[in-house]
Amino acid sequence: MSATPTVVDDEPGVFKRFLHGMTRSKSGFVGGLIVLFILAITYLGPLIMGSDNAQDLRNPWQDPSGDHWLGTNKFGQDIFQQTMLGGVQPISVGFLAGFIAVIVAIVLGALAGYLRGWIDTVVLYVTDVVVTIPALVLMIMLISVLDTLNSWQVALIIGLTAWPYLTRSIRAQVMSLKEREFVEAARLQDLGKGRIIFVEILPNMVGFIIISFIIAVNNAIYALVGMYVLGLLPYTENNWGVMVNSGWEDNAFYTTAGLLYIVVPLALIILFTIGLITLQRSLEQIFNPRLRER
Amino acid sequence: MATDTTSSDPAVEGSPPSPKEHKPSLWRRLRRSYVLKRVIHSLFTIYLVITGTFFLLRAMPRDPVEEMANSLIANGTHPDQAYSVARARISYDPDAPLIQQYFEYLANALRGDFGTTLTGRTEPVLDRIMEYLPWTLFSVGAGITIAVVFGLFVGMVLAYRRNGLLDQIVSPIAGVMAGIPNYLFLAVLILVGSVWLGFFDYAPMQGRLSPYVEVGFTFEFIGDALYHAMLPIIAYAVTVTGGWMLTMKSTTAEVLGEEYVTVARARGLKEGRIRTQYVGRNAILPVVPQIALALGTIIGGAIVVEQIMQYKGLGLMLFEATWRHDYPVVQAMTIFLTSAVVFANLLVDIINSRLDPRIRLNSKEGA
Repeated sequence: MSATPTVVDDEPGVFKRFLHGMTRSKSGFVGGLIVLFILAITYLGPLIMGSDNAQDLRNPWQDPSGDHWLGTNKFGQDIFQQTMLGGVQPISVGFLAGFIAVIVAIVLGALAGYLRGWIDTVVLYVTDVVVTIPALVLMIMLISVLDTLNSWQVALIIGLTAWPYLTRSIRAQVMSLKEREFVEAARLQDLGKGRIIFVEILPNMVGFIIISFIIAVNNAIYALVGMYVLGLLPYTENNWGVMVNSGWEDNAFYTTAGLLYIVVPLALIILFTIGLITLQRSLEQIFNPRLRER
Repeated sequence: MATDTTSSDPAVEGSPPSPKEHKPSLWRRLRRSYVLKRVIHSLFTIYLVITGTFFLLRAMPRDPVEEMANSLIANGTHPDQAYSVARARISYDPDAPLIQQYFEYLANALRGDFGTTLTGRTEPVLDRIMEYLPWTLFSVGAGITIAVVFGLFVGMVLAYRRNGLLDQIVSPIAGVMAGIPNYLFLAVLILVGSVWLGFFDYAPMQGRLSPYVEVGFTFEFIGDALYHAMLPIIAYAVTVTGGWMLTMKSTTAEVLGEEYVTVARARGLKEGRIRTQYVGRNAILPVVPQIALALGTIIGGAIVVEQIMQYKGLGLMLFEATWRHDYPVVQAMTIFLTSAVVFANLLVDIINSRLDPRIRLNSKEGA
C-alpha cells in the first residue's frame, strides 16, 4: 500500500529498466497490453467507424448478422459501432477526473506536509470531513443539486471528491522526505519553498504519483459507471455507461442483442479497469525496489 | 463520550512501563489526552458536516420551502397555510435571519429532529431512516462479516505458503476482486447466473421480502429475508474479501519475519501456538481499523446495489430522496452516515490505542 519512495542513485537506462520492470510481472504486462488495446479502439474507433450511426426504428433488437456484427439496439442502431464510439466519454472523463484528484492531492498534500502549521491543520480537517462522507453519496448530492451537467463538470465533481486519501499519503511522504539531507541542502541554499517542494521533493515521488493516478482513474471510471447505472447522468448517444443503463432499464438482456448491448460495454469497462489494476502492480515493481526483494 | 475518557483509567495500570523520564501521572495525562483529542476531533468533524449540509441546502439553486409550498398550493392548499406547512416540514424558515436559522437547525439536529419527509408518506425523517436501516445493516453486515472471516483466514494461509501454487493463483484474483466495485460484480452475477446459465431467477429476488411474508421471528420470514438479501450479500462479500486477503497476507508475512517468531520457534513452542498466539494476534491488530472504513465505503456502494435489486435499504432510500429532491432526508442521511463512520473510527482508534501504546505517543502522526 504505502510505496516508500526510494532515491535511486545510478540508474542505467531508464527506458530499459522500465521495459524490464514491465515484463517482469506477466500479469502486469498483459494488463498493460489490455489497457493499450482498449485505449486504441476507444480513440481510433471514431476515426474508423465515423460517428454517424443511423436509427432504424423498424428493426430494434436484431440478432447479430453480417450487417450488424453485434445486432442492433432498441432504436435499430448498430451495437458494434456504438461500442466502438462509446468509450471516449467514460474513459476521457475518468482520466480527467483522476488528473484533477491527483493535482489537488499533490498541491494540498505537499503544502500541508512541508509547511505544517495552520495550513496543515486546515487541510487535515477538510480531508477528514470529506473522507467520512462516502464519495458516491457526495457525488450524488452534488449532481442532484447542480442539475444539468456536461462531461467536464462531471469530471470535476468526481475529481473533487476523490482526493482525500491521496492527499494524506502525499503529505506523509513529503513529511518524511523533508528530513532528508538533500532537502536540507536546498534549504541552506535558500532555494525558496515552492522550488524545494516542487523541484526537489516531488520528483522523488513520481512513481507513487503515477500509480496513484492510475488508481484514481480506476475509481473515477467506477464512480462514473455507477452513476450511469443509477441513471443520474445525462443521456448521451454513444457511451458505454449509458448503454449498460438503458439496456438494463429495458430488461433488454432477455434478447440476444439486448444481452450483447449490456455485456459488451460492461466487459470492456471491466477489462479496462482490470488492466489498470494489474498494470499498477507492475509499475509498483518498477518504482518500488523494496517490493522486488520480498 | 466523556465517560469513555474516565473509564479508560483502570486500564492504565496494565500498560507497559513508561519511559524513564516520565512519571506515571504525566503518562496518565498524556494518555487521557489522546482519547480526549480523538473525541474532540470526532465531534468537531460531525459538527462541520452538519454545518456543511446546512449551507449546502442554502446553496441549492431552488429553495426547497418554495418548491414544497408550490406543490401544496397546486394540490389546493391555501397559500398562507402552504408556506407555514412547508416551513414546518423542512424545519427552517427562509425569512428568519440566517444566524437564527442556523442555530435552530443545529439545536434540532442535536435532538434528532430533521423535519419531515417530503415524499411518500409524511413522517419524521428519523422514523424513515430507522425503518430502512435494519435491512442495510443486515445485508451489508452479513457481507462484511463473511468477507472478514474468510479473508483473514485465507490471507494467513497465503502468507504461510508465499509464492506457492495457491498463492500464485489466489493473489491475482484477490487483487482483481478488490478492485471491482460491488455493483459491477452484481451485474455480472445476474447476467451470468440468471440470464445466461439460468441457475436462479433474479426477478423474484428483488425487493426486501416476498409480498405474502409477514415480518416476525418465524422460519418463513428469516428464510425469505435471506433469499432476498442473498445477491447483495454475495456481491458485498466477494468484492471485499479480496482486499482483506491481501492485507492479511502482507501483515502476516511481516510478522513472520519478526525476531520474536524466530525465537518462539527456537524455544520449541508448538507450531499451533505460534500461529495463533504469536503470529495471528499481531497480524490481525493493524487490520482492525480498516473494518470501520470498509463500512463507510460499502454503504456508499450499497446505493447502486440496492437500486439494481430494488432492495429497500438506506442506499435506495437515499437515492430516491436525492432524485425527488427530498432535502430533509438527504441532509439527515449525510449526517447519519458521516456520524456512523466517525464514531466507528473513534472506537477503533480508542481500542487500538489501548492495544498498542505506540499510537498514543505518536498521536501527532496519526493521519
